[in-house]
Order: sequence, then structure tokens, then C-alpha cells
Amino acid sequence: MELQTLETQSNGRELWMDLDARLENVAVLGAAGKMGSGIALLLAQEMARQKIASGGDKSYVLTLMDVDQGALTGLMSYLRAQLTKLGEKSTIALRAAYADRADLVENGEIINAFVEDALSFCRPTTSLEAIKGSTLIFEAIIEDKNIKLDVLKKIDALCPDAYYLTNTSSIPIGVIDKGVPLNGRIIGYHFYNPPAVQKLLELISPEGVKPELVEAGQELAGKLRKKVFLANDIAGFIGNGHFMRDILHATSEVKKLAQDAGEAEAAYMMNRVSQEFMIRPMGIFQLIDYVGIDVCRFIMNVMTEHIEGETLSDDLLNRMAEAGVMGGQHADGSQKDGFLKYEGGRPAGIYDLSKGGYVMFADGDWAATLDKKLGSLPDGHAPWRALLMDPKKDEKLEVYFGNLANSGALGSNLAKAYLVRSREIGEKLVSDGVANSADDVNGVMMNGFYHLYGPINKHVDLMVDAVR
Amino acid sequence: MKSLRKPIYATAAYNTVSLGTGRKEFHPKKPRPGIEHYITEAGRGALAQINDAANIDEGVIANFMAPRFNRQGNLPALMPLIDATLEYKPLVSVEGACGSGGLGLTTAAKSILSDMADTVLTVGFEVQNTVKAIYGADILGGAGHYASQRKSGHAYFFPAKFSDRAGAAYEKFGYDKVREAMARWYERAVLNARECPKAQEHHNSTEDLLATGMTKPNGKTFCDYINVYDCSKVSDGGSAVVFASEEGLSKLGVDKKDAVELLGFGQVVADISKDPEDQTKLTTSARAAKAAMEMAGIKPSDIGMLEVHDCFTIGGILSLEAIGICGYGEAFDFVREGGTAPTGAMPTNLSGGLVGYGHYTGGTGVRQAADIVMQFTGKPDGQKLVQDANKPYGLMVSMGGNDRTVVSCVFKRAS
Repeated sequence: MELQTLETQSNGRELWMDLDARLENVAVLGAAGKMGSGIALLLAQEMARQKIASGGDKSYVLTLMDVDQGALTGLMSYLRAQLTKLGEKSTIALRAAYADRADLVENGEIINAFVEDALSFCRPTTSLEAIKGSTLIFEAIIEDKNIKLDVLKKIDALCPDAYYLTNTSSIPIGVIDKGVPLNGRIIGYHFYNPPAVQKLLELISPEGVKPELVEAGQELAGKLRKKVFLANDIAGFIGNGHFMRDILHATSEVKKLAQDAGEAEAAYMMNRVSQEFMIRPMGIFQLIDYVGIDVCRFIMNVMTEHIEGETLSDDLLNRMAEAGVMGGQHADGSQKDGFLKYEGGRPAGIYDLSKGGYVMFADGDWAATLDKKLGSLPDGHAPWRALLMDPKKDEKLEVYFGNLANSGALGSNLAKAYLVRSREIGEKLVSDGVANSADDVNGVMMNGFYHLYGPINKHVDLMVDAVR
Repeated sequence: MKSLRKPIYATAAYNTVSLGTGRKEFHPKKPRPGIEHYITEAGRGALAQINDAANIDEGVIANFMAPRFNRQGNLPALMPLIDATLEYKPLVSVEGACGSGGLGLTTAAKSILSDMADTVLTVGFEVQNTVKAIYGADILGGAGHYASQRKSGHAYFFPAKFSDRAGAAYEKFGYDKVREAMARWYERAVLNARECPKAQEHHNSTEDLLATGMTKPNGKTFCDYINVYDCSKVSDGGSAVVFASEEGLSKLGVDKKDAVELLGFGQVVADISKDPEDQTKLTTSARAAKAAMEMAGIKPSDIGMLEVHDCFTIGGILSLEAIGICGYGEAFDFVREGGTAPTGAMPTNLSGGLVGYGHYTGGTGVRQAADIVMQFTGKPDGQKLVQDANKPYGLMVSMGGNDRTVVSCVFKRAS
């Protein structure tokens, strides 16, 4: 891995380095946060692999910057635990990598050496100055344009040749590029939560981006074993572009259903429809809780700011936030209560704004009454988890959606309308140029949201007439 | 020694559950019983079958790696936990890797032969689920030669040693035949274990066991020539058996119909620093079995049942040839054709063996003897009874390391 430098005189002095060279000095901003810590882990793993492969000839630095000193301590414990797990899973390869180290004999010694090797180049810090010298900088700080611009301006003064990869899930990358300015040295590099586990990576190239940065981003994704989908630089990109509008459909249905059933009851029904009738991994309100009600509102605001002619805002989400109900996750990764109340990680109740508290599914027979109102699941239904690994998944979904299309039950009708809307949203992402193709939209929803089927699918043909 | 100078009987056999993955009650993150539990359950299970614990003259405790798995040494001093009357008696621990249990049996037998004791309680145990498998592999690697083999060895040290044996057998006898025989061995082990409530694979409900057993080996994630189903699992458990002279049996109040006779044993050890002479042969096991049969005055065709040390399916199959049940290279077809099934020509490992019952390493040899005692006294504790009056002998092989420290015993059905 020879450090490659290329100097060109024509457009002034430009420094180009290959990805492996840049990976010798990396920084993560917001490293102790939910996304930052996962990105830090992925990088530490990859840099450790390279360090071993180099035979210890090169030195590596992974600067982990966060404003929260306490959280950085937690980050280091997290990295140690996760690197240990990685070492335990990779012992066969590690034994080969450490074959020359006569002092390392047993698996335990080798795994420990790997963890210590990796942690030795991780530098937790609260100081921006520490980032000086970094050539590849991952940004995962708060989703606030002004704060991002402010931080990146300061860092750019320290690292004028660095490449930036921002994890923003909503702010157009071009806005950041011009705002600093970075002159094409930034791409959107949107990991999904949790970054260490989720395979999907949305790569967003703003106008004027340096092509070698996009190439490096693609190459790095391969090293990190991520599946890349390219999205264009329009706020929300593909994932949130779909998800936020999906939320708005659910809440508009809640509004209609609430006239008869009550608001909490309506939310319960839509959550069940979106999970069970639509065979998704979780209901829409559980997903909002997972992401965080406040985060969803923030993304909607950013999208509204940057997308002309469309206002994404939701009264129900706003009222939940005003009531102080936020969802999101605890530091240990467990789910906080939001629209739903969680017991042992599973939904056990739903928030009733009119009562200012949760009504539990098990209290009384209200939930059973609503289930009855929704009607039974169409024939051929199987839970999401059962179908996930089923090799006959597509055939089974085809049968199920055929039966769903013919079912007149309330739950089926709500699911049909939802599926039709979901496809419209997907198609609009393509026609608006956010996504390059229907496959990209489907790919993001299937890989990032673990949907069994993409929103743009032929099953919906059966439902369009019924919904109209 | 050509034959035993006086009769030795084995009685009061007891096995605990073999706990580990596969058992419904096992959860890797929940607290589990420790070594004291298995030692006392097994020991008391045996003592409950005699008139008075005070009539035990000596004790032997067999274990492989408690100092590392459980941070406990001085194992003889744990035996009085079984019963207070064992305190101040001659108690001793033995270790010979996974052959420790076999050494426990011969140690007990020698005490009786020397007239130093008339009754000896032997307990064997191992509690290995205290560490993850990848670290357990280090500990169990102690059965190989640390100085000359561990650094160059595989992450899964012992599986790789037997993987090499499987690879050599593929080359010599053909992949398809050998691979299928190994898968059949796995299938048979689980089928036997399903009958046995204490077996680790008792709850295994896999429909197509053969297909599972045929899983293609993957050297990137495990070993080049064996899959994980070819391996015995990580187990916690204990077993106990009482050896007694004729006088000892009377002292214990045990009727001869509740005892089996130890007719002979072979205890053979090979140099730990040497590799096997031939990867397709268990030469040390062959010597041990030969010695045991010679002492017992029997030949392979007299044997009615076997307890072999199938820490890996290939090891189980090669044992059949080492003992002389099959000629060289013939055991693969023998196993494929059901020869080791309870209804086969040579019923083998009737409670599931190490692959099916479980392998609490240092205790396994005692478990094998206990199973033969239970089988031959008509108290099978989950094993299918095999009754062939013309073949009243059972032979066991307890093997430590890669065919290094080996004990074989021949028992005769109770008269």
C-alpha cells in the first residue's frame, strides 16, 4: 500500500491519495452518537484489517471526536466489546495474520492482540484540533445544517485536503458543499441504523463532486461489506424520501379512522395494518418510535425547506412531541416509549394523547374489538419473519396479495390503499429524479427497511381499482 | 498381566444430564450448575444404589481441565462434598485429557487388584460451558502438545486434527463414501440420543439428519474436511460408577445381578509430541483394545456392544477398525449400512455416544462404563437394550488427545 500522490499544476496544486492511504488517518465527527459509534466500529475493523495486512509497517489513526466526554468513554467500551466479538468470529484468519508472532499462541492471546491493536489507533477526543491531519472525515453530528456547516468550516481549516463523507439523512449534500465551501470534497454516505449491522448504504453525489471521491466511497463500501444504492442530491434522498411520505399517509388515515374509533385506537389499527396486513417487519408507528418522533419531525422540516412545493409536516407527530413523547433509543440500544409502550422490547400499549398516558393492549377488550373490526388476515398470510428466509417467499407473497386484493375486510382495504400510496411515493421518487430507477427505490426499501418487497411492484396493480 | 488376579465388578452406575447447546434448559447467558453440582449428583446417584456410603474404601475423580474451565485444582478434596464419609479416605484425581475417565476406571481397578481397597467410587466430570467455544478450543488444545503443535495449530485445534484424519480418509477411500459414513454416524448418534432423556441431543428434532450431517465442510469458517455436526458438542456433566471385589460387592449389599464383571483392560499411551503414524488409523486405540481383549480372553466377534470415543464422527468410525470389528477401510460401509444401529451387527454408543449424548471430556470414560453397566444389568436409563446371550461382552475405548492416552475395558454381562 504505497502512498500515492499526484500533483497537477494545471488547476493549482491538488493532492490526490488512494483510499488505502486515506484510511491511515481517519476521523469520525459525532463518534459517540448512535450512528457515529457504528461508523467508528466499521472503520476500526477495516483499519485493523489493513494494519494487520501491512505487517505492522504503517501507523493508523482513527480520531473519534464527540462533544460528550462521558459518551466517548462508553464508545471505547462498545468498540472493545464489538472488536472482541469480531476477533472471536475471525480467529481462523487472525491466527494466520499473527502467524509470525511467536509470543501469541492461544486463540485468546491472538484475539486480545487484535483488539489491542485496533484500539491502539482509536483516539477519543472532544477537541476539534485533534482532527488535524485526517484525510478521510466521516460526519455524523446532529442533523442541523447550521451546526454542521459551522463544524465543517472549522475542520476544513485544519484539514484542507480531506475528503468528507456525511451521514446526513436529509440535508442536500450540495448545500453543505457550498456552505462550507468544500469544492466537491464531500459525498453523502448514509448508513442505516445500526450501521454495523445494516447492509444498505445510500451514496449521494452532489453536483460538482470529485469523481475520485465517489469512486473511493464505492470502494470503501465494498471493504465495509455494504450494499450501495446511488441516490441523487434531493433532500431526504430515497430512504427518508419514501419513509416520511409513508408516515404522512398513515397519519392521514389515522385522522379519518379517529372520527369513529378515537385517535389512539386509529393509530393502533394503522400500526397493525402496516405490520401484519402488509407483512412488514414492524408497524409504521413502531418504526417512527425506532427512528425517534423528533428525528422524523426534523427530517420532515429539512425536506420541506429544500423541496419546493411540498410541505411535509404532521399534526399528530407535532402533538406527540409537544406532549414530550419522543421514542428513540436508550444508550444501551433498547427502545424508548413513543407512540407505543414497550415491555421487553415488544409493543404492549399505545399512547393516548387525550388521556396523556398509555392504554395497554391487555387492559380490557378494546384491542380485541379493533382487531375484529379490521377483520381477519387474508388467506396465505405468513408473518414477516417466517417469509424472510423462505426460498418461496415471492410465490407466497403473490398468493397472499391476490387474496388481499379480493378481501373486503377493513384491514385489507386499509392495506390496499397503503400499498397503492406507497407505490405512488416510490414512482414519484423516480420521476422527481431522486432515484435513478424503480430498482433503486425497491433496493433501498428492501435492504434498508427490510421490506420483503419493494414499493414499486406488480401486486399493486390488483389493488388500484379496488382503492379507487 | 495376562488376566486379572481376582474378579472385579462394576455397579451403581449413574449419569447426569449432559448440558449444553441443544438442551432446552440450556441458555448460554443464564447461570448454570457448577462443578460441585455434577460431582455430587453423579456421586450421590451411585451411592444411592449401595447400602451405605461409609462402605466405600477409596475414591477416584477424573477430570481434564477444571483448573482452566473452572479455576479449580485439588480435585480429590472435592469428593467429600458427595458424602461426608469420604473425608479422610484415600482419594485421588487422574488426568489424561479426554481419556481421563478411562484412567479413573483403571486406577480404581488397580486399587482393588492390589488389595488396598475392596470398593472404589469413580466420578468423572467436566464443566466446559464456562467459556465461549473459541476459548474452550484453547483449553482443550492442552490435549495436544503445546510446545510443538499449538502455535501452528488451528483456531479449533482438535476438530482440525480429526479434520485432517477425515481428509486423509477422503483421499484414500473416496470422498462420497467417507462423507456419507460420517453423516450416518451423526444421524445414528442423534437417533439414539432422542431415546435417552439425559442426552444432549435428546431434544434434537431435525427432520433430515442425514442431510444435516452431509453439510459441506467449510474451511473458512470451521475446518477443511469436517463440519460442526461431525463434532461432539461442548458439554457439562458427570458420571459415576463403583468398582468392587467379590468381598466388596457383599460389603455394599449389591447382588451380582446388579453388577457387571470387568474382565480386562488395556492402558496404552503414545508420545504426545508425535503425529499419528497413519491418519487413517487409530493405532494406540488398537493396542489398548487388543490388550483389553487379551486380558479378557475374548475376540472382537464375541463382543455384543461397543462404547467408542466418537469425539468426532471420523474417530468413531476409525475405532471400529482399531478394535477389529471391521477390517481396514471397511468401517465406512459398515456404518453406512447400519452396522452400528441397536439392531445392527454391532450395537454401538446406545445412548448417543459423544456426538449424541454429549462429551463432558474428563468424565466421558466413566460415562461409557456406566452405560455398559446399565445396559448389562437391565437398567438402561434411556438406552435401547441389546440382548444377545451369545455375545455377553461389552467393550469401551476411552481416548485422550489425538489417539494418545487410551484405555479400553471389557465388561461381561451380569450372570
